[in-house]
Amino acid sequence: MIRCAVVQFPGSNCDRDCVAALESFDGVAARLVWHKETSLSGYDVIVLPGGFSYGDYLRCGAIARFSPVMHAVRQAAHNGRPVLGICNGFQILCEAGLLPGALVRNRSLNFICRHIHLRVETSASLFTHGISRGAVLQIPIAHGEGCYFADADTLARLNENQQILFRYCDSSGAVTPDSNPNGSLESVAGICNEKRNVLGMMPHPERVCDPLLGGTDGRRIFDSVFASLASGADPSATAL
Amino acid sequence: MPSKFLIHIMPKESVLDPQGVAVLQALNHLGMKSALSVRVGKAIELEWDGPADPADPALNQICRDVLSNPVIEDYSIEVVR
Repeated sequence: MIRCAVVQFPGSNCDRDCVAALESFDGVAARLVWHKETSLSGYDVIVLPGGFSYGDYLRCGAIARFSPVMHAVRQAAHNGRPVLGICNGFQILCEAGLLPGALVRNRSLNFICRHIHLRVETSASLFTHGISRGAVLQIPIAHGEGCYFADADTLARLNENQQILFRYCDSSGAVTPDSNPNGSLESVAGICNEKRNVLGMMPHPERVCDPLLGGTDGRRIFDSVFASLASGADPSATAL
Repeated sequence: MPSKFLIHIMPKESVLDPQGVAVLQALNHLGMKSALSVRVGKAIELEWDGPADPADPALNQICRDVLSNPVIEDYSIEVVR
């Protein structure tokens, strides 16, 4: 049995969706973990869900980063356990310094809630190793502050290490200015850390895990994670 | 009375500030052709148990690590009292 923790901050709102999506996989159990908990031992996968933790006060994710559970999240990341931050979870991971860069206000100033296309930029991660490079996934976004920013050196390093796992694209897989919904630099939609076990992404894979909800492309990301855990592979073994 | 600072937090020049652009467009739309550029940041009032020293390392640490995000923002400290 693969055990997943979905961390619940005050203001998280995709926490229960994440639990339902994760539990739809065979051999997977998921539990909500309140942000005041100080241990995540016994969990194989840590998910930081979407929402508006602490009302987005100060900056998105800026206060959640100080929640007691974050020490355990940091430790899990350090020990090579898969950590997945979705939307607000991505913002929290950036604020916590577990991922480089930051998410700022969408270029259009609008909150954008719609299906977009994502191009998988590399299979060399436990989140994408079951998906071929160049594959196009359809996954919804729902955010007001999802415009990825990092300085030029950081971006160059992300490219060099193939840490950019997903880019916004059109339905044919072409990355164009028009296919970039929020103004993210280089159309970045999801990145991993250098050890490749921490993923942050703005799109919501948990919302497309059931055909009733309009698609199942989100399953391909979770399938990759669970398959690599089941095979007993060290997450860092999927490094480049 | 405790010291008081006004912490100014501004988006870095290299960061897109769509809010500032939208405000500038509104000002221009009102006919305010003198408005050339707008950038929107925030100000935080902070009462402080200690001398009104803007170079205080502890003060600068919270400005850098908590009140601002150095990836996207710069801060400056104004002494109010």
